[in-house]
Amino acid sequence: MTLLAVDGIARSFGATVAVDGVSFGVAAGERVAMIGPNGAGKTTCFNLINGQIAPDRGRVAIDGRDTTGRSPRALQRLGVGRTFQISQVFASLTVRENVQAALVAGQGRALSPWPPLRRREAAAADRLLDQVGLAGEAERGAAALAYGDAKRLELAMVLGQGPRLLLMDEPTAGMGIDERHALMELVSGVVRGRGVGLLFTEHDMDVVFGHADRIVVLHRGRVIAAGTPAAVRADPAVREVYLGAEAPPCA
Amino acid sequence: MDSALATLRLMAAEPSFALAQALTGLASASSLFLVAAGLSIVFGVTRVVNFAHGSFFMVGAYLAVTAIGWLGGGAAGFWGGVVVAVLGVGLLGVLVEVAILRRLYAAPELFQLLATFGVVLVIQDGALFLWGPEDLLGPRAPGLRGAVEIFGQRIPTYDLFLIAVGPVVLVLLWLAFRRTRWGVLVRAATADREMTAALGVDERRLFTGVFALGALLAGLGGALQVPRETANLHMDLNVIAEAFVVVVVGGMGSVVGAYLAALVIGVVHAFGILLFPKLTLVLVFLIMAVVLVIRPAGLLGERGAASRQGAPEAPLRPASARLRWTAAALFAALLALPAVAGGYVLVLAVDVAILALFAASLHLLLGPGGMISFGHAAYFGIGAYGAGLAWKWLAAPMVLGLAVAPLAAGIAGAAFGWLCARASGVYLAMLTLAYAQIAWSVAAQWLAVTGGDNGVLGLWPAPWAASPAAYYYLSLVLCGGGILALRLLVHAPFGQFLRAGRDAPRRAEALGVAVGAQQWLAFIVAGAFAGLAGGLFAYAKGSVFPTYLAIPRSVDGLVMVLLGGVQSLSGPVVGALAYVGLADELARGVALWRLVLGAAIIVLAVAFRRGLAGAVGDAAARP
Ligand SMILES: Nc1ncnc2c1ncn2[C@@H]1O[C@H](COP(=O)(O)OP(=O)(O)OP(=O)(O)O)[C@@H](O)[C@H]1O
Ligand SMILES: [Mg+2]
Repeated sequence: MTLLAVDGIARSFGATVAVDGVSFGVAAGERVAMIGPNGAGKTTCFNLINGQIAPDRGRVAIDGRDTTGRSPRALQRLGVGRTFQISQVFASLTVRENVQAALVAGQGRALSPWPPLRRREAAAADRLLDQVGLAGEAERGAAALAYGDAKRLELAMVLGQGPRLLLMDEPTAGMGIDERHALMELVSGVVRGRGVGLLFTEHDMDVVFGHADRIVVLHRGRVIAAGTPAAVRADPAVREVYLGAEAPPCA
Repeated sequence: MDSALATLRLMAAEPSFALAQALTGLASASSLFLVAAGLSIVFGVTRVVNFAHGSFFMVGAYLAVTAIGWLGGGAAGFWGGVVVAVLGVGLLGVLVEVAILRRLYAAPELFQLLATFGVVLVIQDGALFLWGPEDLLGPRAPGLRGAVEIFGQRIPTYDLFLIAVGPVVLVLLWLAFRRTRWGVLVRAATADREMTAALGVDERRLFTGVFALGALLAGLGGALQVPRETANLHMDLNVIAEAFVVVVVGGMGSVVGAYLAALVIGVVHAFGILLFPKLTLVLVFLIMAVVLVIRPAGLLGERGAASRQGAPEAPLRPASARLRWTAAALFAALLALPAVAGGYVLVLAVDVAILALFAASLHLLLGPGGMISFGHAAYFGIGAYGAGLAWKWLAAPMVLGLAVAPLAAGIAGAAFGWLCARASGVYLAMLTLAYAQIAWSVAAQWLAVTGGDNGVLGLWPAPWAASPAAYYYLSLVLCGGGILALRLLVHAPFGQFLRAGRDAPRRAEALGVAVGAQQWLAFIVAGAFAGLAGGLFAYAKGSVFPTYLAIPRSVDGLVMVLLGGVQSLSGPVVGALAYVGLADELARGVALWRLVLGAAIIVLAVAFRRGLAGAVGDAAARP
């Protein structure tokens, strides 16, 4: 049984059809990249899977259990972790407290009145920050982080909750080329080590072709190709519509 | 109940009676609509909720009485007077916009609300100074003095005229918005402000014009009300609370919505007065609750506008050794106070302690919660009434009364907060204010239980706490403990997630945090602590009055929090100290103290947004 099964989901905003009958799956331990030009509907797909918005039609299932229209909170309990395209961190908490908050929330203790957050799970939080390369920033306010660092922090928060399915919307935006690969290596390690399913979007084709086991290509809200990197690279529809007819992608 | 049934039977037997009542309701709906429409248009374009809009209504009424007096009787005098009043209020609107609001368009909503409330205070004292404390009886409208017989019921002609004014103004506004270039700009600005700015529209003139239009409408509403009711100094807050309800029910920024809502509220009011004379405002509240549950953005409104937060807060730090020592030294000094100070100082100190707890509880919502509670006095007052009524009806001892206070206020917090958690930003501010107004009206009108305006008298602390020093220690322990508990809560996951949910709600939800439930709980906690403060206050004063829940008390709390600085946990304490000192001096030394206080609030909102604690912190941080 696949970890994530998406079956014919669709969503319109007024006259704009953002997602138009998309189906694909992600297995445990598999890394799937969703690519497509700006406005193809990638973020909307993420929002539909993650319960941020409800689909007009279609089904989303996790472990064979129908989760269509469930709230982000319900999905978190089923083991879905998500990072946002425009990274969302808690600006008025320190970097370490952001991770501590994620850990405490993961234990379902967000309402606890004592002791202070800063005294909870500090060691575990520091380990996670070390993993994503933010050890030196732990004491700073999260509002002061550079764009790429905020993305790293979000990743640390989500990893801290031990998700089984990881949804990452442009995880490496705002980073240098080496940093991108290092970050994706880290994520790949988690995927392999814990058998997590990964779905990510990315505009950097090097990252996509270097770190995806399978690729789903979206164009105007529809899947125009899906398969191994090699198959997608060779797909004429992809080359025509998405990558431009002339240049072969990622020579 | 019996009288309600009797009235219903009467209406069934005599349908024309119900019709007459409905017409009265429609007539009141018109002036309510004029006020609400202006409020809504101004909000649509400038995103400012103008608290002083009711003051424009009041000034319109006063000016009309005066101007008609000058111009002499007759139709020309009457209508000329109305025109003079409307133009005068329009001018006042321009003045307020240019002098104050213009500096606040980019500020968080809270400061706009506060600054415009400062204007309310200034205008209140201005009107008192110009027109005196007596209600002014205006002339009847010439030519519309009589009554028309409809199905055997005599309906005042002037009511019929007012009923027609609503739709006429609605159509005129509609034409102005559809058929004039200016109207098209206004609509464009309402739909998308950035867009209009990008198109090179002169925003300043547009905003001033819109604000003037809103003021004109409110002034017209007030002037046309003159033949129906006396001009008095309570018109401003009475009408603004109802106008808030109308705008929220109709949908912010929608003029047609405002009209529909005004009709509904006006008619409900008219029948409510017959059926449940004590509970008319509760009926209005129920309607609002139902509408908001079904349509959170009101009948014809778009989604609630996102709330504007100020710059992100700095992370919370654990109390430094210095802060701990300062707090310990302060506490020791406070313990020693009765040894050196007399009774008067102790009484003042009790006030400061109680208000500091009240402000600290409000701060939980305003600061960490990022939620504007503009009716926090409701919890304070409900706590005070909880203690007072427990004593009056159950002869409860003080300890029990002080337990009932936070309990009752916490329950009220649960009830109001549940609805409020569906709103945000200015909607929330208007809702909380409306709830507080309703709580106030229940306290003031439910004579049999609360004693109405006479209040609950004769509360007395238990013998062991009756001496000034003993009551001072009791207040110190309970208020100090409460403030400490609130501080610990803010540092705990509960408070940190409240801040987190304010900073990035989607992130918090995706991490499995129920942001709405968290905010709801914050309302309950804040309500309970405010209620404890209210209970202590009841025993300190020996009495409970409806003023404990009135808008000015809510604003006291806001001013204290802002004086101290929203972003600072010690702010409420500093603010309460400064405020009690200021208010005490003012009340004793200055005749027009509202005017001075109002001006101080305006200056605070425009120039010192980070408060005293913030300013001191800046000075300390400077090398
Ligand atoms: N909340 C919304 N309201 C209206 N339209 C929306 C909304 N969200 C997305 N859209 C529209 O849906 C389409 C798909 O947007 P989406 O954000 O999913 O694209 P994307 O593939 O993530 O693009 P990008 O690579 O730029 O992030 C776009 O045309 C967008 O304008
Ligand atoms: Mg996107």
